[in-house]
Amino acid sequence: MTAEPTAPERFIRGILPENPTYRQLLGLCPTLAVTNNMKSALTMAGAVLFVLFCANVMVSLIRNLLKPHLRIVAFTLVIAAFVTIVDRLLAAYMYTMSKNLGPYIPLIIVNCIIIGRCEICASKESVLKAASDAIGQSIGFGIGLSSIAFFREIIGTGMVFGTRVLPQIWPDWVIMILPPGAFFTFGLLLGSVNYMVNRKNTSIKNRDSMK
Amino acid sequence: MTDRLNKNFLVQGWLVILLCLVFGGSLTAVQLTLSPVIEANKKNEILQIIPGLISEENSTAINKEATLPFTVSPFYVNSEKQGRHLSYAVFEAKDKDGNISGWAARASGQGYADKIELLLGLNPEAEKITGLFILEQKETPGLGNKISEIKWRDQFKGKKTDKAISAIKGKAVNANEIDAITGATISSKSVCRIINQMVGDIRPPLKMKLEESVHEKK
Repeated sequence: MTAEPTAPERFIRGILPENPTYRQLLGLCPTLAVTNNMKSALTMAGAVLFVLFCANVMVSLIRNLLKPHLRIVAFTLVIAAFVTIVDRLLAAYMYTMSKNLGPYIPLIIVNCIIIGRCEICASKESVLKAASDAIGQSIGFGIGLSSIAFFREIIGTGMVFGTRVLPQIWPDWVIMILPPGAFFTFGLLLGSVNYMVNRKNTSIKNRDSMK
Repeated sequence: MTDRLNKNFLVQGWLVILLCLVFGGSLTAVQLTLSPVIEANKKNEILQIIPGLISEENSTAINKEATLPFTVSPFYVNSEKQGRHLSYAVFEAKDKDGNISGWAARASGQGYADKIELLLGLNPEAEKITGLFILEQKETPGLGNKISEIKWRDQFKGKKTDKAISAIKGKAVNANEIDAITGATISSKSVCRIINQMVGDIRPPLKMKLEESVHEKK
């Protein structure tokens, strides 16, 4: 068995090798629902960063007090509390964005990335490892969301962050900002990520067999 | 004995109970500190829109930082129709001298996808529409959500309220008609329906209120 990953390893793994969106396929509800423009995708990623960081640290702090059969209840409680705080904060300081995201901020409570990280990492590891794991996974999630949002926004509206980048002649493909566009974009991106990973793995295998 | 003690729910669940209490307390604190800000956001949103709806000037020219030329006070108009009880929030805008310069009334109704909530500006006699703003809609992006665009909303400016407004496919000809959005006829018609219903309900009470206030001034 390999040694437990260290804090920097936990951080790096979350970004690409164990990317929550493309490699673990977790948290797909917000991935499909709020990626029709960059701004809401990044706000969602920021909210997830806050919740995941706080929840991981909190769970890691109480990990020795947890009763195994009551751990999920405790995780859910911790997550729900921080999600409610983020929801209120957005409503107070980013009112229009909070209206745009609507129910998807409260729905972070059921985001599998967060409860997954609490279970896999935070409930067993030290606070430092849990914190770096949370940041790494959130950055990975942010990359996943913004890559989809980038293609959807630019093809669907010709804009990025609300500023026009494509020439006016571009006929906006409205379907890309509608729900089907989320499935198209995510499917194609996921396919290309898998293709690249497979190619890398085969080339490593070939090189090893050459030796 | 120790076994019984160990099975006691307090021994098993004390952490969960403690977490509930701690988080409950902290959420209360968050709610208490932030709810005034959130309420102010909601109120500001409407207050910022009202001057543009009531004044005759172009609604595109409203500056977010602009000071209110009017004092705005809300009240409710209730109407009882076919056994259905409806209540409209109406904002009364008064100028510096205390004369009523217009009304902004809020209404909501079913659109194509979801509820549409709008704010309608009326002149003091409630005979003419001075502006329209869509507060909330979840219509199809790229089609129905064009009801929020200034270009489409400005068609309602200056329309008389004595006749029902209708959305027409293609080009509007008559005075009480507006162009429906291509590909979003249902959304366009829904907005007209919401406006027509509300105007019918609130016109008489608003007229009465205007007369009262003129009377008071004398």
